[in-house]
Amino acid sequence: MLAYVIRRVFQSIFVLLMVGLVAFSMFRFVGDPVENLLGQERTQADIERVRDQLGLNDSFPVQYVKFLGNAVQGNFGISYRQGRQVSEIIAERAPATLELAGVSAFFAVVLGVGLGVFTAIRRDGFMANIIMTTSLIGVSLPTFLIGILLIYVFAVELGWLPSFGRGETVKIGWWSTGFLTESGLKAIILPAITLGLYQMTLIMRLVRAEMLEVLRTDYIKFARARGLSKRAINFGHALKNTLVPVITVTGLQIGSIIAFAIITETVFQWPGVGLLFINAIQFVDIPVMAAYLMLISVMFVLINLIVDLLYFVIDPRLSADASTRGH
Amino acid sequence: MTPPLLSVRELVIKFPNRHGALTAVDGVSFDLAAGEVLGVVGESGAGKSLTGSAIIGLLDPPGHIASGEIYLKGERIDNLPAEDMRAIRGKRIGMVFQDPLTSLNPLYTIADQLIETIRTHLRLSMREARQRAIRLLDDVGIPAASRRIDDYPHQFSGGMRQRVVIALALAAEPELVIADEPTTALDVSVQAQIIDILKEQCTQHGASVILITHDMGVIAETADRVAVMYSGRIAEIGPVRDIIQNAKHPYTSGLMGSIPTLAQEEDRLVQIPGSMPRLSDIPPGCAFNPRCEHAFDKCRIERPVLIPVDNRQVACWLYEEAEAKGAAT
Amino acid sequence: MEAVSNFLASDLFYRFRKSPVAVVAFIVTALLVLSALFAPLIAPQNPFDAGSLNLMNGFSKPGEPNQFTDETFILGTDDQGRDVFSTILYGLRISLFVGFSAVMFAMVLGSVLGLVAGYTGGRTDTIIMRIADIQLTFPAILVALLIFGIAKGITPPSYRNEVAIWVLILAIGLSDWVQFARVVRGATLVERNKEYVQAAKLIGRKPMAIMLKHILPNTLGPVLVIATISLALAIIAEATLSFLGVGAPPTQPSLGTLIRIGQGFLFSGEYWILLYPALTLLALALSVNLLGDWLRDALNPKLK
Repeated sequence: MLAYVIRRVFQSIFVLLMVGLVAFSMFRFVGDPVENLLGQERTQADIERVRDQLGLNDSFPVQYVKFLGNAVQGNFGISYRQGRQVSEIIAERAPATLELAGVSAFFAVVLGVGLGVFTAIRRDGFMANIIMTTSLIGVSLPTFLIGILLIYVFAVELGWLPSFGRGETVKIGWWSTGFLTESGLKAIILPAITLGLYQMTLIMRLVRAEMLEVLRTDYIKFARARGLSKRAINFGHALKNTLVPVITVTGLQIGSIIAFAIITETVFQWPGVGLLFINAIQFVDIPVMAAYLMLISVMFVLINLIVDLLYFVIDPRLSADASTRGH
Repeated sequence: MTPPLLSVRELVIKFPNRHGALTAVDGVSFDLAAGEVLGVVGESGAGKSLTGSAIIGLLDPPGHIASGEIYLKGERIDNLPAEDMRAIRGKRIGMVFQDPLTSLNPLYTIADQLIETIRTHLRLSMREARQRAIRLLDDVGIPAASRRIDDYPHQFSGGMRQRVVIALALAAEPELVIADEPTTALDVSVQAQIIDILKEQCTQHGASVILITHDMGVIAETADRVAVMYSGRIAEIGPVRDIIQNAKHPYTSGLMGSIPTLAQEEDRLVQIPGSMPRLSDIPPGCAFNPRCEHAFDKCRIERPVLIPVDNRQVACWLYEEAEAKGAAT
Repeated sequence: MEAVSNFLASDLFYRFRKSPVAVVAFIVTALLVLSALFAPLIAPQNPFDAGSLNLMNGFSKPGEPNQFTDETFILGTDDQGRDVFSTILYGLRISLFVGFSAVMFAMVLGSVLGLVAGYTGGRTDTIIMRIADIQLTFPAILVALLIFGIAKGITPPSYRNEVAIWVLILAIGLSDWVQFARVVRGATLVERNKEYVQAAKLIGRKPMAIMLKHILPNTLGPVLVIATISLALAIIAEATLSFLGVGAPPTQPSLGTLIRIGQGFLFSGEYWILLYPALTLLALALSVNLLGDWLRDALNPKLK
């Protein structure tokens, strides 16, 4: 098993290096970094100076390594659009995205698992059928459409919730949070639902399918033959066996929430890193794009790795010693 | 006379389909005395497992009991509400399934599964339940039970797992244990051991056994009486020795002839021509008549009832006169 | 003609007729596709011909005669006087065109790569599959955004609007080829182990042509299912990208772009600029998705 862990870690590092290469290539070859930094009034001497500063006269591999070295230290260069340190900009906007992602993930997992179990146990019930049909719509709709429809109903027509922005935030250290103000809490509701709805529907359908499978197994039948109560069977045996494979998929889904935040943040003009990325694309602000790309990749690769290893921890069949097998 | 432990009367199990319903079990009746081992033998699809599942109330829908009654110690149990039936399962009727690998929840230790079962039916503390569980494992022959009780199912071999299953089935001291093909999924070398353990433990705990299998050899070794099933009906039922040595129903003799024995002189095993009919194609009259070399007109028209012959019962018209003769004398 | 009558008598068509969901989804999709195809004939106006527009028509309410020019537009007009009904029809065109093209591209790219990977094996196979795995770690939308961003950076500003549609197709197609590759690779591997391949190689002929004849029928079913679901995803991806402002430009708007534009007018009360394109996209996404879902269940050998 240790061999597996080491192999996975190496795989992850390889992926990150590849992504770093792509990011670096973007930096180097898309547009002219010198031009972007200097603007119209520049002399040849200025150009040479900046080129030297940016290390553009070194060879490709050297630049690549320098680039990675900088990245690892958190130095992503200077934004073309805002003229500030990219790391500074990202640090400023990260809390918004993280809070949004956190609330959405919580909503998606709790409701997803809950409804999944409900529709599996009460398989032919009226409520279950309604929920399943609605879920089909939830899976088919693009996220931004859901967001817009929510805005239309709750902000425009009913006027209960704000249609954009984060509300008032409170700064704790370098973190700005929206959880401590009423307007902040109100503001996060619609975006969180929008972001979490798709994941919730996915999780729900997965949990339901998995649980139905589990309820058909021999060990559940044997449990019934032993006279165990319905609660013990549904929540003791079936649920645990359902959640094991579900956890891995869910973990991956949660990872993608941060990426999908791009869309939600655009719909609601939520000042997070997702909106930052979109703006960066529109302005071809390469440093920001590259930085976002690398940070997101690290996050994804990390989550994938953790989820893979988690499987080992949860399923006793996989962690058994070879010595105790086959008595 | 004490009433039998279990009494099954004219049990009919049907499966609805597009054209109406298929009858998988068609009027099965038998009694089971306390402490008795009844073998139920027959080909795949004869209805043996369904009968067993019906008795413990675990028929998978859309299969259902269309008519008939099942009595446990004189009380009717086939029409009980779900909660009452659940109280009976495990406590009064236990069941052992075929595949020990899939019968146990892979994510829980043996201890968890045993203790849970024990505490569902008996008021014992955790410690008492655990001790009882260890004793049960000891009884079924698990070595170093007090250590191995904390292992997971996948850490046991097939034979050991089935012992655990037997321990689980007997955990709450049921009066009746239904064993549905308990050794079919095991290595041949282990099968005999498991059957022995099953019989020994059931006797010790005072439980009767319904042993469902397609393996006549197992029946010969273990059962007191045997019921031979064919196409959802009982063909012959009676004491094991008598039926094996002197099978009356043509199907049963065919079955006996197809079992290889050391004493055999012929080179070839007897084969019954044809095969058991599909549920949708059961012939009128006796279900076996197309394959029977003794079949005559009545066999093709009227379904035979169980006729007492020579201290057993046979569902075959060949013995109608014998009965009439017997009644007349 | 025999193929048609064979199809009509087949199991698949029978199940189709029996499923109300599938039939409705199919009708809706067909309707939308036909409307898009015949847009120039159906639309009362070409909204992208600047000369035909009258600014005074701007902000007309749906169904009511405009206060200045007395013209009526069934679904209203936007700020520039463009008839919303017409913009929807033309927008549908773009949405469907990009969607279909992207799927076609992904299918061809994926199939070729799958074929190569399966047939050549060894290093090439590993590399291709590695790339596939790496790409799968990231959500498709991110990959598409990245490609779009890079393309935008490489293209000189004046050309950006013109090539936007093609970049879009490239981006979405590139983000979606993996599933096709997997299926085709699988089928190729199966065929490669068969005897006729060894035989052909022995006599010095390349078995590829014969393999294709065998591979194609085996992969048709799964590829069809993947293609339909990919189409739904591609349409949604395109709408999303356009909505985000990195897709179809306002000069050639797709439904997504229209929704983006419409969102700006929500609070000022001209809801129709948003609502009708949104509803159209809803209908399209839903019906293609349902159709794909149904197709997958119908062609699933396990459920038969």
